[in-house]
Amino acid sequence: MLLAEVTGSLSAVGYGLAAIGPGIGVGIIFASYIQSTARQPESARITLPYVFIGMALVEALALLGIAFGYAFGK
Amino acid sequence: MLAVPETEFPPSINEFYPPPLWEALPWLTKFTLLVWVAAGVLIIFFLLAYRHPRMVPTRTQWLAESIYGFGRENVAKGMMGPEGVRFAPYFTTLFSFILLTNLFGIIPGIQMSPNSHIAFPIMLAVISYIMFNYVGVRRYGAAKYFKKSLVPPAPWYVLPLLIPIEFFSTFIVRPVTLSLRLFANMFAGHMILAVFTLAGFVLLNSSAWYLKPISVVSWAMAIALTFLELLVIVLQAYIFVILTSSYVAGALAEEH
Repeated sequence: MLLAEVTGSLSAVGYGLAAIGPGIGVGIIFASYIQSTARQPESARITLPYVFIGMALVEALALLGIAFGYAFGK
Repeated sequence: MLAVPETEFPPSINEFYPPPLWEALPWLTKFTLLVWVAAGVLIIFFLLAYRHPRMVPTRTQWLAESIYGFGRENVAKGMMGPEGVRFAPYFTTLFSFILLTNLFGIIPGIQMSPNSHIAFPIMLAVISYIMFNYVGVRRYGAAKYFKKSLVPPAPWYVLPLLIPIEFFSTFIVRPVTLSLRLFANMFAGHMILAVFTLAGFVLLNSSAWYLKPISVVSWAMAIALTFLELLVIVLQAYIFVILTSSYVAGALAEEH
């Protein structure tokens, strides 16, 4: 007996679920950068490369979600 | 009335498989031509910029020297210290090649980056993978290098758990994520731009009159996203080179 059924594109739902984690991650990265700059403004230039590196590493997972949506879908 | 392009909406992955430019050579597609053009442009640019170097640099010489200075100071020396200078030419070339091929994705008329096909980032990542392993093995010898990279400083009873994790993360995940990150960024960027541009045409040709002005909004979003795509392009080229130099630095690093 079918209780619930999902029709249509499951890869779209999958991508939406996959984007939760990287969204939180990027928020944490920028929150920590803003906080650390507020505490010690001279460190802003030193920590800026780490912001970019962290953003690219975290966004990689969100973009894997997009790409695998096409790979695993139709 | 604007002409409607004969493409499907929403865009599928079929547009990443263009037909060959010339039937006799099935491998000669738009991607191959773009990679050749990128390599040719880089070679010609750097050759011409250093043809007659002067003490007070001309504009092209200044541009080429800035690009090499970035590759040497920020990337090689920043990650590896003074001994990293011997890797600086490779990192500069890698950065400018990835930047140029990524830029093909937003140049009007071309609008397709070779890096949106998984094959090209895979080759770049394989070169980086072979490079950091070869450099480590050449300096330390094979046994000592693998012991250094696989065995973290930890108590003996957790090593059976840590060594497979280290092996997986260093030798399997690194090249995969390096290539997949660049590919997915270029792929997703192209898809987003294609969706908003084609949606503008679809809205313009819809039968409901109140949907036609929304096409302008869709095209304005496409323009805004092109600027975001420019940021992503530069960032992804920078990240690829920084991570490669970080892996090489980690392979060359002394024991703690």
